Amino acid sequence: MSAVILPAGTRVLRLAGGRLSLRVDRRGTVVVLALTGFVLGLAALAVTLGEYPLTLGQIVGAFAGTESDGVRRIVVDGRLPRIVMAAVAGAALALSGAIFQSMTRNPLGSPDIIGFTTGAYTGALLVTLVVGGNYIAQAWGALAGGLAAAILVYVLAYTRGVQGFRLIVVGIAVSAMLHAVNGWLILRARLEEALAAATWGAGSFNEVGWRETVPVLVAVAVLVPLLVVFARPLALLEMGDDAARSLGVRPEVTRGILLVVGVALVAAITAAAGPISFVALAAPQLARRLARSAGVSLLPSAAMGAALLLASDVLAQRLLAPTQLPVGVITVCVGGVYLVALLISQARRQ
Amino acid sequence: MSGSLDSVRLRTPAAAVKSGRWGILHSTRSRSLLLVATCVALLLLSGGSMFVGSGSIAPDAVIGALMSGGSDTDSILVTDYRVPRTLLGVVVGVALGLAGALMQAITRNPLADPGILGVNSGAYFAVVLGITVFGASGVTSYVWWAFAGAILTTVAVFLVGSRGRAGATPVRLVLAGVAIGAVLSGISLGITLLNPDTFDRIRFWSVGSLQSRQIDILWGVLPFIVLGTLVALVLSRTLNVVALGDDLAKSLGAHVMRTRVFGLVAITLLCGAATAAVGPISFLGLMAPYVARAMFGPDQRWVVPFTLVIAPVIFLGADMLGRVAVSSELPVGIVTAFVGAPILIVIIRRKQARPL
Repeated sequence: MSAVILPAGTRVLRLAGGRLSLRVDRRGTVVVLALTGFVLGLAALAVTLGEYPLTLGQIVGAFAGTESDGVRRIVVDGRLPRIVMAAVAGAALALSGAIFQSMTRNPLGSPDIIGFTTGAYTGALLVTLVVGGNYIAQAWGALAGGLAAAILVYVLAYTRGVQGFRLIVVGIAVSAMLHAVNGWLILRARLEEALAAATWGAGSFNEVGWRETVPVLVAVAVLVPLLVVFARPLALLEMGDDAARSLGVRPEVTRGILLVVGVALVAAITAAAGPISFVALAAPQLARRLARSAGVSLLPSAAMGAALLLASDVLAQRLLAPTQLPVGVITVCVGGVYLVALLISQARRQ
Repeated sequence: MSGSLDSVRLRTPAAAVKSGRWGILHSTRSRSLLLVATCVALLLLSGGSMFVGSGSIAPDAVIGALMSGGSDTDSILVTDYRVPRTLLGVVVGVALGLAGALMQAITRNPLADPGILGVNSGAYFAVVLGITVFGASGVTSYVWWAFAGAILTTVAVFLVGSRGRAGATPVRLVLAGVAIGAVLSGISLGITLLNPDTFDRIRFWSVGSLQSRQIDILWGVLPFIVLGTLVALVLSRTLNVVALGDDLAKSLGAHVMRTRVFGLVAITLLCGAATAAVGPISFLGLMAPYVARAMFGPDQRWVVPFTLVIAPVIFLGADMLGRVAVSSELPVGIVTAFVGAPILIVIIRRKQARPL
């Protein structure tokens, strides 16, 4: 083995007598640890907040079984699934965003852009407003709509390979058409139905319990390992298809698999809570800036996504309490403000 | 940050000559002919628009109503609804087409559209605010809210996009538009979800429709659109130089900054007034200049006037299509999205994501 020159701030961790080695980025690790700490602290705070404020002692008691049944139910069945869902969904969305951004080599690449989010909304609207299905049917409708939109975008963007920029623009076009369909469906529906559909369409954890959370946890547990395995050639793909091909990566196959996994990840979240925009867009870039890494990296992105979505959900619950805002309203504001701030700070640096 | 977005720029005249990709028409004579033919098509469509509608009115009754007025239901439908609707369709078509042409020339981005610079979202947000907080009701009062929202958003987008010494580069402007538009539509969504009454009223405006717009709306927005159109026509010569890039344009003596500012003023007037009148319409501002460039090449002295005629042709055609396609009328905003989005896909596929 010849000596490899590592980037500054990187250490190599060798385990099992050098058979297993791991490259560790020091700043990245610190960022991940700090964000994880933040998420845990925020989760602890979120359990205590609500219509019925609790102390941390009561929370511990609820888990230990020393508190009353009512408190136990509020904590374990009411608040805990929502917190778990927010953190896991944030991480999953951010991972998906990280993949899309790396794949399209563009910081604007995200599942929102490739039409998935709008397609999921169209699917759910068709099921609830036209067919008249229940919650489960709505989730499947969202899944089908999102996947159909994503496939349509991918196929339309395909001419002898898929280029990142073309994928984004085709996604914008398809989203716009679906957006028009959504507007029309809402226009034709009765007010209550339309309002319920629009609330779902904003992305909300307000109705989330274990029934919605458990399937998401299962999906994430299956998909994330797949993603980690297939994301390895992604760094090579960022150098361009030709360079990657000469290094033994098959660009189309890798991209195809990652697209499916990324979309499936978002689909699971969307089916449970509705389309939550901008987390997938903002989290990977925020993480990249904090970790000062050259490209988008998965672990910091996931930690940032969890922190971002959990914080947004706490805000959505408490900002106008007792009125509960859909969390998507907060994330879209946070994401947009982030983009504006980014533009201004870049201008200052020039 | 910008990366591949930066590579999408309008073909400059010089680059077009080099690559041999001028538009289809070369001689001044064939160009003038097409311009005249399109004008005739616009007149024919405007006439045809009187005869098409969800309720069927006999052609001779329509002609009678147009000639001599009349007080029966059919005549009133023609004179008070179909005539204003057609006129408004022409005016709004002109406004949105020109706004798109200006945006694309100034940001040197062939994908620019009122939706992208956040103007639609700004107008929408202001109308939501007007209804919820100040109790605005009826399209005539939405007009002013939408107008204020469009102006403020355009200015905000320009301020954010042009900070720093580099100034308002195409990519930064588009990004600023996307970001500010997203925040505004997010807040609007929050407000409307908490106020079912607002939600109910705004959903009819928010898809973009010419339905039941009467003559007072036309008079309300016409002055702004006329003013914006004049500014756009005056600017069209300078736009050619601006398309060469900031440095080259400056060295040729063009006032790049002044052109941008006036361009933005015109865009605001045109988009604000159009959105106020009919609600957010997407893709017309993208389509019309695209067709114009395909025909005439990148020379703005041809692109701007042709856009001025072809945009209302597309818009009126889309509206008439919507009137007959579905029994309950398809709002024109939905038709333009369905016609325009495939064109966007065609652009991006044919040019293989190279600089357009």
